[in-house]
Amino acid sequence: MSKIIKPAVCGTLESSDAFVTLEPGGEGLDIQIESVVMKQFGDEILAVTKDVLREFGVDNARVSVVDRGALECVLRARLECAVLRAKGEC
Amino acid sequence: MRRSMLFLPGNTPNIIQNGGILGADAVILDLEDAVAPTEKDSARILVRSVIRAMGFDRCEVIVRINSIDTPFWQKDLDAIIPVRPHLIMPPKTACVQDVLTVDAYITHLEEKLGMEHGSVGLIPLIETALGVENAFQIASACPRVKAIFLGGEDLTADLHCKRTKEGEEISYARCRLVCAARAAGVEVYDTPFTDVNDDEGIYTDAAKAKSLGFTGKSAISPRHVKAINEVFSPSLKDIEYAYEVMEAIRIGKEQGKGAVSLRGKMIDAPIVARAMQTIEAAEELGLGREDI
Amino acid sequence: METKLVKTLREAIELAGLESGMSVSFHHHLRNGDYTLNMVMDQIAEMGIRNLTLNASSLFDTHLPLEKHIRNHVVSKINTNYMSAGLGRLISEGLMEEPVDFRTHGGRPRDIALGITPIDVAFIAAPASDCAGNCSGKFGPSACGSLGYAFPDAMYAKKVIVITDHLVEYPLSGWSIPEIYVDYVVEVDAIGNPAGIVSGTTKITRDPVGLIMAETAVKVIAHSGLLKDGFSFQTGAGGASLAAARFLMDVMLRDNIKGSFASGGITGYLVDMLNAGCFRSLMDVQCFDLKAVESIRTNPNHHEISAMHYASPAAASAVVDKLDVVILGATEVDTQFNVNVHTDSSGYIMGGSGGHSDTAAGAKLAMIIAPLFRARLPIVTDRVSCISTPGKDIDVLVTQRGVAVNPKNQELLLRLKDAGLPVTEMETLKHTAEKITGTPKKAVANGRAVANVIWRDGTQIDTIRSIG
Repeated sequence: MSKIIKPAVCGTLESSDAFVTLEPGGEGLDIQIESVVMKQFGDEILAVTKDVLREFGVDNARVSVVDRGALECVLRARLECAVLRAKGEC
Repeated sequence: MRRSMLFLPGNTPNIIQNGGILGADAVILDLEDAVAPTEKDSARILVRSVIRAMGFDRCEVIVRINSIDTPFWQKDLDAIIPVRPHLIMPPKTACVQDVLTVDAYITHLEEKLGMEHGSVGLIPLIETALGVENAFQIASACPRVKAIFLGGEDLTADLHCKRTKEGEEISYARCRLVCAARAAGVEVYDTPFTDVNDDEGIYTDAAKAKSLGFTGKSAISPRHVKAINEVFSPSLKDIEYAYEVMEAIRIGKEQGKGAVSLRGKMIDAPIVARAMQTIEAAEELGLGREDI
Repeated sequence: METKLVKTLREAIELAGLESGMSVSFHHHLRNGDYTLNMVMDQIAEMGIRNLTLNASSLFDTHLPLEKHIRNHVVSKINTNYMSAGLGRLISEGLMEEPVDFRTHGGRPRDIALGITPIDVAFIAAPASDCAGNCSGKFGPSACGSLGYAFPDAMYAKKVIVITDHLVEYPLSGWSIPEIYVDYVVEVDAIGNPAGIVSGTTKITRDPVGLIMAETAVKVIAHSGLLKDGFSFQTGAGGASLAAARFLMDVMLRDNIKGSFASGGITGYLVDMLNAGCFRSLMDVQCFDLKAVESIRTNPNHHEISAMHYASPAAASAVVDKLDVVILGATEVDTQFNVNVHTDSSGYIMGGSGGHSDTAAGAKLAMIIAPLFRARLPIVTDRVSCISTPGKDIDVLVTQRGVAVNPKNQELLLRLKDAGLPVTEMETLKHTAEKITGTPKKAVANGRAVANVIWRDGTQIDTIRSIG
């Protein structure tokens, strides 16, 4: 599985969307999450983020998710696209 | 039964996640004109993810991909075919070969994914002068084509004329597409009415399409869906008459009559055919006899 | 006869005898454009008066300077019916030692009239007044229309100070509040910013989900058995509620139904319905837009009513008790049909009952319109974070994916089922939403009490707790 090679973003700050930023580097995963539903879904958002990164073999990266109440399927799509962009596969 | 088809911009989560409840019989998730070239990737991933995770309630799902003269259309299909939309809409379809190109690539994907051949249908979007002239060939290009769709905006540009609310400039194309579709035995859908603030105009425009023989009509605004559904549903009067026709035929047969008349008019084969179409449509919409 | 006209606000406050520990009151018709509350509180603070009880019919974020007056102990207690999110957040984070007492638009005048919340000095922001204090909201550069919520303050406060930026010759023609209640009149440069007082126009939603809900809401009304000649109606100024009013107008005109009245906060949409003959009267406690202000000034069938007349349970009778249908909003609804309009899903104060509980209690059909989820937060929950209006007063919840009828209203349930409306159970709506959003972790506010929710009859029905 290819590595992420460049910084990438995906998504928007509109309601029901999420804005994902991905940068290569660091040791392990440095994940920052900001969400309008932090109390209710903060743990799930973190779990989904880790899940998608694992699925695409991203082990070392700085990741930021600014969530505006995105449904899980939306969040997954934004994360996946950001990873593919960072790998230069889009 | 598809009366209304609602276009939804493919990269806007807050719109597409509610697309299933806006009253349309089908949603058209748009990866083409509604999506900027730099966001084609994120839109197709989003659309795929939403179809897979939540679907669109009872709506049929149609995805408009990018045209085959762009670098995007194969990637669109790579992402979308695995989640089994009902129909793929290839835009700017101008000839048989355009259809066959898309057909062959979908067949390749179906085989790769172990899906049944022909599980995803096609609804080519005809929006060029050449496409209109080739409408019958397009409609009968391959069994995957289930319907054809008229795109009035691009067509008028190609015709070198102005798109008007009255639509005189696309009347030839409308008639030609209806005739082509019916000759090929597929359905046919009309271009959207583009003035989202004209709540009366949509009724007139939909009624015109219905009178020409279109199966249904598309909308770019949820506000037009109700009008389209109303216009393309059989009226209670039509349903009542259809049942009367069938009843008269039944009694005629019982009595061994060769010719049957109703309300002083001979019932001939076309009248029976129309009555059966009306009853079929009414039953699909759940408009039973008790509603009369 | 001495003149009531006083040169400065400070002088009026001194003459009124305001001292530390007393109670002052304000009305909220100038909404987020109001200058008077801040102007008065700043003056009071400068005079060294402390530990006041502030009784305001509603508080908006334009009143955020209150924070410093609370920190400096100028204000030690707040009674109000509504508080917008900026101020609400501060309260939820524990700004005040004493809990805020939330009442309803009917409960406030009741408790003022009964002496439960006595007012020492009432400040009335008047868009027009004469030198004796005959005043009105219908005229002047800061015109706001009705002054309905200010009536109990004027009638029951020990001293009443009218503050105006439009002083006219005695007598003001077409006054709302008469001089008999007014002690002092002060002229100032401006009582408010017209842009924040009323909207130019209130607009119906373009949100397709809102429109779907509005259509369903009107079907519910049409099949409720209540939509006939003499029909009475109230709705809020939310986008979906306004759309419902517009769709209802179409149905009433089509079926030639001559309604009796519409009440509450009035928008241009209700004015259109009055002018089209859908209703004989508007009963207006507050105007929301310029069209409503223009109408109340010119149309004799558009009546200004006091807060008591609108909703007080202590009045011999009130308009809300004559209502057939009211359409209301919610931030949360629970499986027992209890409604929260005080706090957001995280427990922060961002609203209040206003007339919610009063109209729900009075109307034959109390309907909540709310989307099944906002962003990712489901509306239906097992237990609302705060009970604003008890479930016993709610008849039906309309969402974009179904309608839930309170089992206590079996007749409505049968009627809506017969009409083929998408009737479902509250539990089903909850599951439908959570299937889409996931199950939210419940935010539990378990700190000390920061606000009490007092129902219209004076009983406390819930407590709001601090967060963080």
